[in-house]
Amino acid sequence: MFSLEINGGKHSVDVPADMPLLWVLRDVIGLMGTKFGCGIAQCGACTVHLDGQPVRSCVLAVSAVGGRAITTIEGIGATPSGKTVQQAWLDVDVVQCGYCQSGQIMSAAALLAQKPNPTDADIDAAMSGNICRCGTYVRIRAAIKQAATGSVETPQTLAAGAEI
Amino acid sequence: MSSAITSDGVDLERRRALAAGGLSLAFLWLGSGRANAFISARRQEGDAAAALADGNPPFAPNAFIRIDAEGPVRLVMPNVEMGQAIYTGACAMLAEELDVGMDQIAVEHAPPNEALYGIALLGGQVTGGSTSTRSHWGVLREAGAVARSLLVSAAAARWSVDPSSCSVRRGVVTHDKSGRKLAFGALAKAASALPMPVKVTLKEPSAFTLIGKPLRRVDSPAKVAGAATFGIDVKVPGMKIATVKACPTHGGTLRSVDARRARSMPGVIEVLQIDNAVAVIGEHFWAAKRGLEALDIVWDPGPNADLTTAKLTQALAERSQNGPVIPGRKVGSRPAGGRTVEALYQLPMLAHAPMEPLNTTVQVSADRCEIWVGTQVPVRCVSVAAQVTGLPESQIVLHNHYIGGGFGRRLDHDSVEQAVRFAKQVPYPVKLIWTREEDIRHDIVRPMYYDRISAVLGSDGKPVWYGDHITSGTVLARWMPAAMGKDGLDDDVIECAGETPYAIPNLDVNWVRHDMPAGLQLGWWRGVGPTHNLFVVESFMDELAHAAGKDPIDYRRGLLANGSRALGVLELAARKAGWGSGTLPPRVGRGVALGSPFGSHVCLILEAEVTPQGEVLLRRAVAALDCGIAINPSSIEAQVQGGLLFGLSAALYSAITLKDGAFEQSNFHDYRNLRMNEVPRVEVYRVDSSEPPGGLGEVGTAIAAPALGNAIFAATGVRVRSLPVDKHPLIANGAASKSVAADFPLPVDLEHARVLV
Repeated sequence: MFSLEINGGKHSVDVPADMPLLWVLRDVIGLMGTKFGCGIAQCGACTVHLDGQPVRSCVLAVSAVGGRAITTIEGIGATPSGKTVQQAWLDVDVVQCGYCQSGQIMSAAALLAQKPNPTDADIDAAMSGNICRCGTYVRIRAAIKQAATGSVETPQTLAAGAEI
Repeated sequence: MSSAITSDGVDLERRRALAAGGLSLAFLWLGSGRANAFISARRQEGDAAAALADGNPPFAPNAFIRIDAEGPVRLVMPNVEMGQAIYTGACAMLAEELDVGMDQIAVEHAPPNEALYGIALLGGQVTGGSTSTRSHWGVLREAGAVARSLLVSAAAARWSVDPSSCSVRRGVVTHDKSGRKLAFGALAKAASALPMPVKVTLKEPSAFTLIGKPLRRVDSPAKVAGAATFGIDVKVPGMKIATVKACPTHGGTLRSVDARRARSMPGVIEVLQIDNAVAVIGEHFWAAKRGLEALDIVWDPGPNADLTTAKLTQALAERSQNGPVIPGRKVGSRPAGGRTVEALYQLPMLAHAPMEPLNTTVQVSADRCEIWVGTQVPVRCVSVAAQVTGLPESQIVLHNHYIGGGFGRRLDHDSVEQAVRFAKQVPYPVKLIWTREEDIRHDIVRPMYYDRISAVLGSDGKPVWYGDHITSGTVLARWMPAAMGKDGLDDDVIECAGETPYAIPNLDVNWVRHDMPAGLQLGWWRGVGPTHNLFVVESFMDELAHAAGKDPIDYRRGLLANGSRALGVLELAARKAGWGSGTLPPRVGRGVALGSPFGSHVCLILEAEVTPQGEVLLRRAVAALDCGIAINPSSIEAQVQGGLLFGLSAALYSAITLKDGAFEQSNFHDYRNLRMNEVPRVEVYRVDSSEPPGGLGEVGTAIAAPALGNAIFAATGVRVRSLPVDKHPLIANGAASKSVAADFPLPVDLEHARVLV
């Protein structure tokens, strides 16, 4: 039996100790926003926060969580950086298929919570663990900058109107 | 749509569709007898039943629009959303003519119904081939206009005024003179009793309020909140979770399995077999996966036990020399003499690796089979479920979902068939999720290609003849055999090679078909024929320019007709990239590629740096596009950006290789994808056009590899003739670095491209 704090709520789960947090969230708790992409911490789709730190939940055994507070995509909007990031994602119209975006947003929110004005190198370091097969990286970078500065970044179309 | 097409008619239709470009050229409605009706803006047979099943709205004038007494206007999306923003585009087309705001609508996934949602270009209810907007540009606007006309007529009748004295804005009909107003919901019942208008007038483009504006996606809020339901997120009461392992050797079967250890593990519920795979059902995915790992499985590898990539390549090479030649496109003849340039190009097999691994949820009972899945081919899924269960198709219920990446993988339904075969063995619903390893090892891969291309140059250096001798397997022969040419041609194989934008007086493009060994299946991969052929043709054009001693853009310019759309994008890209001025640093080069895939025209200028260690760093991509009328410039930009990165990922890193008949790659560590630190600045520019919309979802992918290869050549002098890029020839050998003409300052924010590589 493990006691977990998820998005501010308490959950007790009776699961194997080696069960990755990802599957506890999805198949036991029923929070489906955190995604399965690779199972080996290569793609970042499963990113959640433990006490604000981004972790890959697909390789994190539930027994290793301990008392740390878990935040998922369903709860990130309650944090200042998460709310800002989600709004920037909408403003810049980042998503395509959207499957990786929970993880992208979790990584971006953690970055901005720690570095409110990230450089491009900071963005590379924080975001290079998150794969997007649709290739939304250009807008992800723009959205992170917009979330940080509050000023409108690219993309060209949304910044400049219909004429591209 | 005529129900019977003669064989001559089929060929005529094929030729006609050729003009449409891309995958569509091969996929025609061939009258399979499944459906008599076809996608229509007006009410047709089957609409009533579909609307009844969809909450029985008071007003459902066609298959796409449901207006209830209150609440948002519900729009049923004929295509599936897999990232290409078709839900937003389709909503814009419907809402434009219906005169509702994008904030006043709710979207729904279409049920499987070929008669109501089939696409003529693809011969059924299929999302693929960059056909959705091209197919639906007319019908969805007309569907909106039909509904609007009926609602206005209902209001006018209520007020006893002429319909032409009424206007519509944001779902409210107003009698302009009196100021009386009625909302759509209040008119729904009355409108449904009116006869269908025979003719409706569509807006002039100058009157568009949505089309042409940079619209934000309708699916973004749910996706940003983690609240969108993909197939893998489905929850069904009583559902168990399963995962599967199929014989790693393609074409192999299951000999035996010892499940004793697995069955004793906590959370493992059941171990199931089919002829070539084993599934473990658990209380959750982890139990299923641990159970699967605990199985002792004996496979019968079958006839492909010794198959390797080297053997496949060798067979293609031999077949290229000796195989029967199927004519593709031939104009004139090869002149005697002249300077000849020849090259061999090779492309690897590719996996799709969508971020959402394949998955299907199925519940089978005695008289019903219910399926929850994200698929590009819902009707095909219904058909295969009927075959597997023995139930009539009317007793198969399929719920489509948001797709976490398709790229062509979900144009096949093998995973759905497999899931039904397992699920029919148990009385409860099963969600079968493939691991990433299973997803890659059992991909239905993009074919390998082995192309010998050659040209004869005239005294001015321009090609007077070009020949492309393509050798490959075929997707179409499996996927839609009826669409194969009567001469045995798979048009997809020569797409963008048989027709180029260039004025070349003589050409001979042909194909040798070489089927893969049974069990190794070939599938559609984003960009299909154009992704294959544009790499070969546009890399080779660069070789010809080099042979002629010409600048690659000047050389192409000299082969393009004045005023042509291809020339338009070439000039725009050259101007925006600043081609021809300034100086680039050593081992930095720019490559150009031009093409007209999917009914659009695109030019890409890519700037890349090759490190002394042979690593390729992407610095800047400038794409110019003419895709006809732009529905949503924001999604156009996004699709070109993303499609480009998808194509560059493959060109730089991707190949599926075989050993012992099994794929050697298994996950993102050995089937790589571009990451944030590797992404260049991407600029997308568009030629304003009033031509009908062209396809968009695959254009960026199709043009990526040749521009990359040409940039690497410009940077190093090494020609890239096979993919993925082999870095070994690119390692600096101490030779003097060259510098090529360039123009623009390196943007400061590109410095990131050198970090963390």
